[in-house]
Amino acid sequence: MNENKKATLFIQCLVDTIYPEVGEAMVQIFRKLDVNLSCPTNQTCCGQPAFNSGYRKEARKAARHFIQVFENAEMIVCPSGSCVTMVRHHYPELFTNEPHWLQRANSAAARTYEFTEYLVDVLGFEDVGAKYHAKLTYHDSCHLLRGIGVKEQPRRLLSHVQGAEFIEMNNSDQCCGFGGAFSVKYADISTAMVTEKVKNIIESGADTVVGCDMGCLMNIQGMLSRMGSKIKVKHIAQILSST
Amino acid sequence: MTEITTENYLSEAKRAIKNQVLQNALADLQHRFGTETALAYQNLPEGPELRFKAHDIRMHTIDNLDVILDKLAENVRKNGGHVFFANNGKDAIEYSLRIARKHNVKRVVKGKSMVTEEIGLNSAFIESGLDVSETDLGEYIIQLAGEHPSHIIAPAIHKTRNDVGKLFSEKMGIPYITDPAKLTQAARKALREKFLAADMGTSGCNLACAETGHITTVSNEGNIRMATTMPKVYIAFMGMERVAARLEDHDVLIRLLCRGASAQNMATYVSYIGGPRYPGQADGPEEFHLVILDNGRSRILADEDFREMLCCIRCAACLNVCPVYGKIGGHSYGFTYSGPVGAVVTPLLVGINKAKHLCLGETLCGACKDQCPVDIDIPRMLLALRSKLAEGDSVWGVTPADRKEKSMYRAWSWMISHRGVYDLFLKMAAFGQKFLPQKEGMIRWLPPPMNGWTQSRDMKPIASESFLQRWRKGS
Repeated sequence: MNENKKATLFIQCLVDTIYPEVGEAMVQIFRKLDVNLSCPTNQTCCGQPAFNSGYRKEARKAARHFIQVFENAEMIVCPSGSCVTMVRHHYPELFTNEPHWLQRANSAAARTYEFTEYLVDVLGFEDVGAKYHAKLTYHDSCHLLRGIGVKEQPRRLLSHVQGAEFIEMNNSDQCCGFGGAFSVKYADISTAMVTEKVKNIIESGADTVVGCDMGCLMNIQGMLSRMGSKIKVKHIAQILSST
Repeated sequence: MTEITTENYLSEAKRAIKNQVLQNALADLQHRFGTETALAYQNLPEGPELRFKAHDIRMHTIDNLDVILDKLAENVRKNGGHVFFANNGKDAIEYSLRIARKHNVKRVVKGKSMVTEEIGLNSAFIESGLDVSETDLGEYIIQLAGEHPSHIIAPAIHKTRNDVGKLFSEKMGIPYITDPAKLTQAARKALREKFLAADMGTSGCNLACAETGHITTVSNEGNIRMATTMPKVYIAFMGMERVAARLEDHDVLIRLLCRGASAQNMATYVSYIGGPRYPGQADGPEEFHLVILDNGRSRILADEDFREMLCCIRCAACLNVCPVYGKIGGHSYGFTYSGPVGAVVTPLLVGINKAKHLCLGETLCGACKDQCPVDIDIPRMLLALRSKLAEGDSVWGVTPADRKEKSMYRAWSWMISHRGVYDLFLKMAAFGQKFLPQKEGMIRWLPPPMNGWTQSRDMKPIASESFLQRWRKGS
């Protein structure tokens, strides 16, 4: 176990603005595990929306801001695999022609971890002493799974939650159809995709769907809400912070 | 070139989503092939890592394509074959028509080939008075129906057996039947006659080998073997990238191709065709031609960002896992190539602006890359295409697709570099959203351009205090 536990919080913009309770749940878990926390309050967005839409100049501007804000952080921890993919894989791509910035981007990339990855792989926790009475199913977010290869960490953490029953849904690793701007610009296709995701969630028999990325979860929650479903949508931090 | 309808992506996708028969067929296709192909890679003697080796083999070939193609041409000629390098579809068609005229050809049988679909060979042949028959069962169905393939290896996936029964009854004058075995039998009988009567055969080329000077075709129906050996003249068409330098590279790629395409260890029929029949040989064509087609591929080769796309061996494994293809089917992509491969190749062949929806209409989920037998990074290239659409690009002749969006992102990038301004914006948005219809704490309707979201989904409102505001207060 890591003796000198430190984390600088990198709060995904969706968590910051729409789901602050997810950030607070993460803080609660870290405090319980005696992780020394800091959180730069001038952080905003990693720039992924611009990058995914092709606006690299604008994404680079966001990346420079991020790199400066987190320059002195030892361990940057984020409750979103998608944002971590952006920093870890795409920041270095953005600065291939700027050696000075490339070095700083590489450094930020090497210091940035996704929340469950940090808990399991860095701190070595699989049981954080959580209790949550529910039938849980888990959605694999694309960038978390295929971007940074996090598949087992969330499942291991959930398997140690007291009172929770875990059920795998069919095609848990199939995209939910969020895709950022895609969900709005290509709403018909996105709707068809999230319809299938929600069908798999319902058929699993779970009463709570858990994920590690609020982008996907916002999409899933949006459709479940429109359907009037009682199935709850939770970020994994909200489950792990329950006692 | 075949008709290009990439601009209709949105409307065609919408239509496909509403077509329940198509939805069932696509779900079935992905359920079968998606899962089994992943398993087939796991079961490779070398393990799934062979995909990475294959990627290196392909990249090395593409990086040395000029030399390798020269070698291929040299060795095909040594084997007694003819080689023609076609700059574009028109050249390829003219060359093959010259051959047809020289031999007084009337009837042509075709083995399945996407590259001939790309250049519109069938319609050109028919316009020149040739009788052309597709002989792959799926392609035969599509030809009778007067449609285009909707999948690279399963071209008639959008048709049910009832559709086929009706079609055969109309076009072949047989009683209406729906039993797949009987329908296949009917097609077999009709096609047998065509094989026997044909003066010329054509096919695509799954892979050529420069070292030996042969081409390889794979099929599960045996039709390509008949189309390429029975008629006296045979023309094979290949995209200029479909070559392996050495036989041992070819071996790796063929094994991966069959797994990617249909989760088979090896296709039922694999033909290595090394030229015309030798004197005294009983089988094979008297004349063998290999048409090596550029048609825009050199331009892809010249671009560092997109060169990797030429590694593609057109197995369609990516279609079988793509969640977007799984909803919208092949026809929505508006050109020969559909699914993730089509989303990159088509814009590069027909124009990035013209095919902008193909570049933008995916979620970048990455399932295609993981399923690709040669590990092509399709999401990376989709992102590269998007950056050309956003900024414009003189080399590819791209104009910025959406200037309003561009200014919006510019303003956004300034805002998010200033947390104070961002906080102010959030405050305004949090105030503004109070006027939107809500139910049980969820927004039911958003104004344009966000209304796409609320056509099927609710949205949680912006919190009255952001996480960082709460943190600042000393949580």
